[in-house]
Parts: sequence; structure tokens; C-alpha cells
Amino acid sequence: MNKTIKQGAWLFVIPVVVLVAFNALIPLMTVVNYSMQETFGDNVFFWEGLRWFEQVLNSERFHDSFVRQITFTAIILLIEVPLGIAIALCMPRKGFWVSVCLVLMALPLLIPWNVVGAMWNIFALPDIGLLGYTINAIGIEYNFTRQPFAAWFTTILMDVWHWTSLVVLLAYAGLSAIPDAYYQAAKIDGASRWAVFIWIQLPKMKRVLTIAILLRFMDSFMIYTEPFVLTGGGPGNTTTFLSIDLVKLALGQFDLGPAAAMSLIYFFIVLLICWVFYTLMMKNEQQ
Amino acid sequence: MTHIHTTDLAFEDSAFNVLLGATLSGKTTLMRLMAGLEKPTSGEVWFSGQNVTSVPVQKRNIAMVYQEFINYPNFSVFENIASPLRVARVNQSEVSRRVQAIAELLNLSDLLDRDVSNLSGGQQQRTALARALVKEASLVLLDEPLANLDYKLREQLREELPRLFSKSGSTVVYATSEPEEALMLGGYTATLHEGRVVQYGKTIDIYRKPCNLECAKIFSHPPVNIATVSKSNNSISFDGVADWLCPDSLKDNRDGNYTVGIRPHHLTLSGAAANGYSVTVPGTVQLAEISGSGSVIHLQVQGNDWISESSGIHQFSIGEQVDVHMNLNGCLYFDSEGNAVY
Repeated sequence: MNKTIKQGAWLFVIPVVVLVAFNALIPLMTVVNYSMQETFGDNVFFWEGLRWFEQVLNSERFHDSFVRQITFTAIILLIEVPLGIAIALCMPRKGFWVSVCLVLMALPLLIPWNVVGAMWNIFALPDIGLLGYTINAIGIEYNFTRQPFAAWFTTILMDVWHWTSLVVLLAYAGLSAIPDAYYQAAKIDGASRWAVFIWIQLPKMKRVLTIAILLRFMDSFMIYTEPFVLTGGGPGNTTTFLSIDLVKLALGQFDLGPAAAMSLIYFFIVLLICWVFYTLMMKNEQQ
Repeated sequence: MTHIHTTDLAFEDSAFNVLLGATLSGKTTLMRLMAGLEKPTSGEVWFSGQNVTSVPVQKRNIAMVYQEFINYPNFSVFENIASPLRVARVNQSEVSRRVQAIAELLNLSDLLDRDVSNLSGGQQQRTALARALVKEASLVLLDEPLANLDYKLREQLREELPRLFSKSGSTVVYATSEPEEALMLGGYTATLHEGRVVQYGKTIDIYRKPCNLECAKIFSHPPVNIATVSKSNNSISFDGVADWLCPDSLKDNRDGNYTVGIRPHHLTLSGAAANGYSVTVPGTVQLAEISGSGSVIHLQVQGNDWISESSGIHQFSIGEQVDVHMNLNGCLYFDSEGNAVY
């Protein structure tokens, strides 16, 4: 079969191609360019092949940041997803309090990230911060600028405060979409509260929860601003996550080659995990 | 929430009962009260000689099927049908025997292993009906269960439903807004209007002899045609364009104005006058619709908007003057309060 190909159709694609080129492709290619060469400025480049990639992948520093990052993201997901669902379940379905709850929930999401970092920094200061002072006052020694555990605790607490709302709002939207008849049917069957959650609410929320987990994974895996403002990656390197490490490498040490290689590795890790997660969820859906 | 007026209604035991009324007439609320999902602010709900007003819903042994297809989303068809038995802790061999039997009855045997979310609407609703049947509940509430299905499936299930439930011995209450559906299902019908039960009795009796104008309106689609006529002595006059002999039932009533109600299929427009006892009045065609095998003609007759429904395809142009033949055997008479006169 012969198809007439209308060349004019290309005209409609050009704006998007130009936009994507400037927005994503050209900056990305610059990074690829840097990742394979060595430069000392003046636009003079030396070919290095995959040397920077090997160097980054074999460096203990990258391994450490990666492990910290994975640990942080895992803890964040384990706390925020169940907590978000629990809060959404407790929220009222109708009436005056719905809007009050929704506004209160949305508030943390509206605060700029560096403000969140600054807020928690002051809040957690052991001498003048309300949180830090209180913890010390009840007899627990707490100083997030000196103790690695306290630094982690504060960073996680801050992230939970900032982002659980997102999970709550998505889960709440999922819950609101369940027709009342489901609950009546379950009631007539004599199903327990727990059975209703496991067999009706959770399956019905699956789609929105997939999105919530994906969003929280990506955001927490790429977290930069809040811990940078709160701890600056310290004490020592204990809260230096991948983004913070990358910035230190690129802008602190000006190692453009290794930093570019690390960016690409970082990018592919995020892409790979998202792809695997999404494929698994979709496969599950089809069965 | 719809407000239900003081209502005294006793459904026929172990029979197929229809609740007929327009949207928001209180059908669902009445069902929720029967189910125990809603507590009446006053009054009592009795079942089989027992006051069940304060019995919680899960102890009432009822089953309910909704307009939306409600099934457990992650369960297979088998597990969905089995779910009420699982709650009742019936043993495994008994569960599988009963589920198989019901699945056979509803043509679901080949689908038992499938996930409900992958089924068509009709299959999903069959699963929901199977769940209601397997429970062998003493009261089965069906809240417009066929409304979301396509035409063919609706026809088919409508035929099957009374048969399926007649074997179970359950008392069935079926809510619908379609008069046709009530007629096809047979059994008993209660007509509802704005939260009030208008009439209850054998479906065919209610259709033939509605107690008032409201009931006639609820039980007619397209709507019943009405006009004012006046009675003097033994004759009835319709605006001076037609006169006919007063029916026996009306003879002993006082003279004056009455409302006549005539169902659309009792009006014919075809050249030859309708068989039997009829009169002819002049009308103007407003709109002509053809529905497969029949014609629905909207008319203006002496300032009243009337609809005629007849079999066969008849073509009229808008504004055409026609002779409207009224079959007088189909006329219902209502007094000034709207109560039927028989």
C-alpha cells in the first residue's frame, strides 16, 4: 500500500523540536561533551574517553554518597507513604472541615525549599531553636551540626514535614473517587474496617499511589536545597547526598570532567529506577 | 438526602416487588432504610414479623446490587461471588459448590478465574448479581441494577431476573425509573412520588387502575396525555369538539369538570378510525419521531400537548392537521383533586 506523505506536517513539529533542543538536548550534549574531555579553560579540550566515568564509578566518595542517598530515599518513602495514607484516611470526606484540612495540608508545599531549610535550621538549633532547645531540655543531647544521627533525624523530619502533604493530597483524591456504594456493599457483607482498607481502598488508590511514590522517589533522590541550607552536607560528609556531592565536585573543586560524568551516571540511575518501577507497576496493572 | 414522608408500606413476602419513581423520588432512601444503612428519624422497619429497626446492617441478612458495578477490585470473579460466604465462614467445598452453581445460572462459569476489572459491564453486573444470589439473603435490594447496561443486555437480564430470584424464595425489591421495566418484571409495584408512596399493589392492577393522576403519570412513558373534560348527565364533552357517552363508573358522580388521562398508545392517527369505542378530535402535528418499529407523534390538541404512540412508521409534516382517534376504553378519569374515579 502506498501512502502519500505530506511534508507540510514537519512544519508543525518544528516549534517543539526547537524548544526541546534548547531546553534539554543542547544542555545535555554539553554535559556529555565535558564528560569525555579534559579542559583547562580557554576552550582547549583534551580527549579522555571514558576515564572520568571509570574514575567516578570506582571512587569511594561516589559510593558513599550513593549509599547515603539510597538510604535517605528509602527511609523517606517508608515514612511518608504510609503516613500520608493514614492522614488521608483520617480526613473528613464532606463538610466545612474538608477545605480547612486541605489548606493546612497544602501549606508546607507552598513554602520555597530554601525557606524550609532555613526554617528548620533555626527551629532545630540546640541553643535558641524551639525543637533543639526542647529536646536538650528533656535530657537528650541533641546538636545537628555535630552529631551525624541528629543531622539525619532533622533532615528526615524536615522532609517528612515538607512532603508528606503531597502523598496525603494524592491519596485523598484517590479515596474521594471511590463511590459510596462500595462502602455500603462492604457494610452489608459485614466487612471489617481493615478489610475495607485492604480490599477496597488500597486497590482503588493504586494508580494515585504509584504516582505519589514515583514523585516522592524522584524528588527525594534529587534532594539538594533543603539539606544544603540545613546542614550543608555535614557534619563531615554524613548528609552529603548525591546532588550536594555533585555541586561540591563541579563548583567547589571545578572538576568539570568528573562532575559531568557523575551527572550522567546520576541521571541514568534516576531514569533506570523510575523505568523499572513504572514497568513493574504497569505490568501488575495489566494482570 | 431525600426526605421520606410518613409512609406505610408492606411489601409482599417472597415476591418480586418494584419501586417505581422518578430520580430523587426517594427510591434509594427507602432501600437504604430497609437495608439498615440509614436509620429512620421516626417509625419502624419490620421484616418477617420482626422489628429490625435497630438491627445493624450486617446482621439483617440482606444483599444489595447497585447501579454502579460494585465488586471487590482485586478479586477474581470466583472470589467476588464467594465473598459473602467467606464472611459467613462457610467451608471450602460448600463455597465452591455454591459458587459454581450460581455461576452456571448467570453464565459466568468460563470467567471464574478472571479479574473483575477486566470484564465487560454486563459481566461485572452479573458478578454483582451472583454475589447477591449466592448469599441466599432473605431480602434482596436491587437499586436500578440495569441502568448502566447497554440495551440488549438490559433486555436479557430483565427477563432473567424474576426467574433467578423466584427460585431463591427471597423477597426482592427492585428500584427503577422506567414504567416499562416495572411492567416487564411483573410482580408487585409501589409507585413513589417526592418521597411519598402513591400506590402499592399488583403491577398490572396499578398500571390499569392508577389511584390518582400522579400515579398514572409515574406509570406512563411517554407521559400520559391529559385534558379537561366536562360531564353533564350522561355525556362527556371535550371542549365542544367531541362528545361521548359517560362510562358506567362515572355515571353516579356529580356533574362538572374532570381530568381525562389517556396513554399515548390509545391515540391513533392512521386514516381509518381505531377499532372499538372511539371519538375523533382535531390536532396539529408538532414533531414526529420514528423509533424503529413505531412512531411517536407530538401533537397539539385543544391547547394540550399530547403524544401519540403507534406501531408502524407514519410520516407527518410539522404543522399538519390530523384526526386524532381516542380509544375511549383507555380513558382514565380523575376528579378535581386528582383522584381516579372508577
